[in-house]
Amino acid sequence: MFHIYCPHCSEYREEEEFHYHGQAHIARPLDPDSCTDEEWGNYMFFRKNPKGIHHELWDHAAGCRKFFNVTRNTVTYEIKEVYKIGEQPKVVADAVPSK
Amino acid sequence: MAQKNRLQSGGRVDRTKPVSFTYNGKKYQGFAGDTLASALLANGVDLVGRSFKYSRPRGIVAAGAEEPNAIMQIGATEATQVPNVRATQQELFDGLVAGSTNGWPNVETDLMGLVGKVGGKMMPPGFYYKTFMFPQSMWETYEQFIRKAAGLGRSPKEYDPDIYDNINQHCDVMIVGAGPAGLAAALVAARGGARVIIADEQNEFGGSLLSSKETIDGKAGSAWVSEVVKELATYKDVQMLPRSTVNGYHDHNFLTIHQRCTDHIADRAPNGQVRQRMHRVRAKWVVLATGAHERPLVFGNNDVPGCMVASAVSTYINRYGVLPGNELVLMTSNDNAYRTALDWHDAGRKVVAIVDSRRNPSGDLVSAARDRGINIIAGSGVIDVHGSKRVQEVSVASLSEDGSRVTGSVQKLRADTVASSGGWSPVVHLSCHTGSRPVWKDDVIGFVPGATVQQQLIAGAISGDFTTEGALSQGIKAAQEALSKLGKSAPEMAVPKTDKVVQGKPMALFHIPHSKPTSQAPKQFVDYQNDVTAAGIELACREGFESIEHVKRYTAMGFGTDQGKLGNINGMAIAAKFLNQSIPETGTTIFRPNYTPITFGAIAGRNCGELFDPKRYTAMHKWHVEHGAKFEDVGQWKRPWYFPKPGESMHEALNRECVATRESVGILDASTLGKIDIQGKDAREFLGRVYSNAWAKLPVGKCRYGLMLKEDGMVFDDGVTSCLGDNHFLMTTTTGGAAGVLNWLELYHQTEWPELEVYFTSVTDHWATMTISGPNSRKLLEELTDADVSKENFGFMDWKPMEVAGVPARVFRISFTGELSFEINVQANYGLHVWEKLFEHGAKYNLTPYGTETMHILRAEKGFIIAGQDTDGSVHPYDLGMGWAVSMNKPFSFIGKRGMGREDCVRKDRKQLVGIKTIDPNVVLPEGAQGVFDPSAPIPMPMVGHITSSYWSANLGRSIAMGFVKGGLDKMGEKVYYPLADGRVVEAEICSPIFLDPKGERQNV
Repeated sequence: MFHIYCPHCSEYREEEEFHYHGQAHIARPLDPDSCTDEEWGNYMFFRKNPKGIHHELWDHAAGCRKFFNVTRNTVTYEIKEVYKIGEQPKVVADAVPSK
Repeated sequence: MAQKNRLQSGGRVDRTKPVSFTYNGKKYQGFAGDTLASALLANGVDLVGRSFKYSRPRGIVAAGAEEPNAIMQIGATEATQVPNVRATQQELFDGLVAGSTNGWPNVETDLMGLVGKVGGKMMPPGFYYKTFMFPQSMWETYEQFIRKAAGLGRSPKEYDPDIYDNINQHCDVMIVGAGPAGLAAALVAARGGARVIIADEQNEFGGSLLSSKETIDGKAGSAWVSEVVKELATYKDVQMLPRSTVNGYHDHNFLTIHQRCTDHIADRAPNGQVRQRMHRVRAKWVVLATGAHERPLVFGNNDVPGCMVASAVSTYINRYGVLPGNELVLMTSNDNAYRTALDWHDAGRKVVAIVDSRRNPSGDLVSAARDRGINIIAGSGVIDVHGSKRVQEVSVASLSEDGSRVTGSVQKLRADTVASSGGWSPVVHLSCHTGSRPVWKDDVIGFVPGATVQQQLIAGAISGDFTTEGALSQGIKAAQEALSKLGKSAPEMAVPKTDKVVQGKPMALFHIPHSKPTSQAPKQFVDYQNDVTAAGIELACREGFESIEHVKRYTAMGFGTDQGKLGNINGMAIAAKFLNQSIPETGTTIFRPNYTPITFGAIAGRNCGELFDPKRYTAMHKWHVEHGAKFEDVGQWKRPWYFPKPGESMHEALNRECVATRESVGILDASTLGKIDIQGKDAREFLGRVYSNAWAKLPVGKCRYGLMLKEDGMVFDDGVTSCLGDNHFLMTTTTGGAAGVLNWLELYHQTEWPELEVYFTSVTDHWATMTISGPNSRKLLEELTDADVSKENFGFMDWKPMEVAGVPARVFRISFTGELSFEINVQANYGLHVWEKLFEHGAKYNLTPYGTETMHILRAEKGFIIAGQDTDGSVHPYDLGMGWAVSMNKPFSFIGKRGMGREDCVRKDRKQLVGIKTIDPNVVLPEGAQGVFDPSAPIPMPMVGHITSSYWSANLGRSIAMGFVKGGLDKMGEKVYYPLADGRVVEAEICSPIFLDPKGERQNV
């Protein structure tokens, strides 16, 4: 069970308080109506499944109800950083080998 | 009663406190301090079970968690049954009732044994896969047979009377294992001021020191243990947990500890005490001091009762004062096991021989054996054991130097006990739980913990250093390291003095060859619990299973409740040898939680019965109970289902409620509907983006129905939202969807449109909601309010603040029944008052309370959908015939708009929601029934959609249903058939889902 630092509450809480929402940084297309089926399909259905560094969207569901991002190593389950919505990750896949 | 194998003195049992217990229906006696296993051995009980596949007699082989055979069913009553308890870990108490798990009809005479004898050759690895796969329909029959044969124990059939607990804890240093390494670590960590938890699965701390004759600082090892425990008890931040198995090591240093608080006292926890407790510990640093398990050697018939692990024999002698036999043969590949022969000899019984696989054993312990005149047969191995329910004789032969072949002639020795040792395997289980792969070390002849990202340290035998001196010094070092990582100053501590014993080099030997090839040799068991033999592993390799993970699954090696603690390394070594590769190349399987079996009680803790899930009650709940309501669970809510009068059936009650509402007035407690208060200058814009219809022009005082879609265009919730003020709305959601909708709104606000100024607050519990519905509802409301609720001044889809029954209320003129309807919302604590006032005035109108079932029928008569019943995440508004609730020309591309435009969503032959009218009006279709266009089509018939809602309508005097039909909206009047499970085929006609008042005149009055 993860120990997650909520950047809004500024403290570590147990995973039970959080909800996982999948891959982070998937921006809704600004003009959905002009998207082709393929573009729209990519937005809706296609997700990364990396071995190693992954940026994820979480929400402190049983806490402050705020969303935030987590950079996690999917092999070791280490949480490398947490950062707020709108911010960019400091730890990215190239910088840390996935093994 | 005689304990024929009990020594006169020695050990840690209290001979002044006899304890009686029952095993397989027979009474026995042991002493306080015994385990069930030591007491059985003291009484000369050789047989504790029958094996999994071959039903061979089995005896106790180990003295701890690794025991594969002595798996017991414990419990004096049906309610207190506990399956799969290791006799080696069950402390004896007065009145303990235990039985062997397998053996049918019993262990002594076992009929399944015939199968094993006759069918032995017919049961190779993969036997179950090969035999029981076909036909699939027989699987349930096979499973019963396999379960009976497998001896998995049984769960109690009655309610567990005991209390279990969970506790959440934090600590600086969590020490797993209280042997010499763990105790030394705890002492240093405690002196350094750390918050420490130290847990050990045994009843007392000390680990190996409790069963050896080693000294520390010139005193008995157990005396050193007492001193340490005494000092640890003086630190308020040190928690000592005996009888507590650290069963799981999870991510981010989270550990679960299974503490058995009263299992050693009585069958049931006395005086309402907690029986077992699960500690959930978040530790800053973890010190694994889990020790090592001795590996037995694999040789012919090595499962005959009397064959034991060498160190276990020493443990029984030194710790429990039990000598489990008369004549011992020790089979070893190392010096350390010589201790067992010395212990046996010193206890006064005969050591027939020490058979050592090495050519020239040397070292202090070897000399000690020679000094005692013990016969040492070097360069040899025990290749076979004779006897069925007890060892009678062993065959010994000389081996090649590498131990791979038998080279000499066979000699037979009389013995009743064979102790064997192939060296020690570090207990790496916990270190594997977090995904770290163990690493093979040739000098250790075993796997040690590999690299990890956890804040984990190791100390003692787990590191591959099996000496007590090493354990103590590593324990001290680990604690010092943890302290310095924690930013605390680490106290110095000298390593206590231990006995100096010079030992010779051990030999890497796992499998002792037989004169015949393995496939023809007597069975050589690797995994006792699952009857996996060396021949079986070789066969698996021959059949092409080269990965050790596949070999494991094919042979079932390590699949027992013991997880292969004794056998896995031997099995890997045998596979490696057969595949002609090294053990590290072959690799290892990974241990997973839990380390030993754990009860469901400890996992559940207090979260059972009443406390399993929170219950939510509306403000009027008491009234419903008093008026005989039957309840249904909707999420966590308890909602009235229907209100039967005395003697009334459900069917009769529903008919009465439905008719009364349409004829006069009915009342529904609708408080459970989700309510979200939405405020902010961009609230209106936000609603337009998350609902499929338009909100830009909804004036204050008006309500509107909305559909909420996911990005794929599929409906996921619906409800009415009302404009309370220019920047203020009240959204209602389905009862079950409330939390999900709020989360959905927050998700889009926080991640997509943070620039919109809008705030969401759940107000579901703040309001009590009662809906009065029916032609007399206005008259009733007028009696309780001064406000003008006339048709002219309070129109359909209006809302108004007013006083009702003397309290402030929001009244919404919305309808889910198609009748004239008012939804009265008052502050929740006024709810019951207003509800009762309504009944005071409603008696003359025959005001009839109704529950969710009548609500469902009334709305179905009108063709109104219920999100989650008539939708399933795969239907868009047009599939529901609700295109009227979609506004395609809103400026912002609302959620779901683009999704609905996908190729698949605009197909003409999508399944569409329609009304279904059975030709026989008395037939009520079961919900879920699948429709077909041609009932005479060959099976499998093409299915065209299922029934989502189906009821008897008393108002219409016939059955009504809604369901999906492929292209149904264009098939009005056409036939569809429902072949049912009972063989009937129901003929029906596709129609509009609005069965009653299609023009909506009843609500516009």
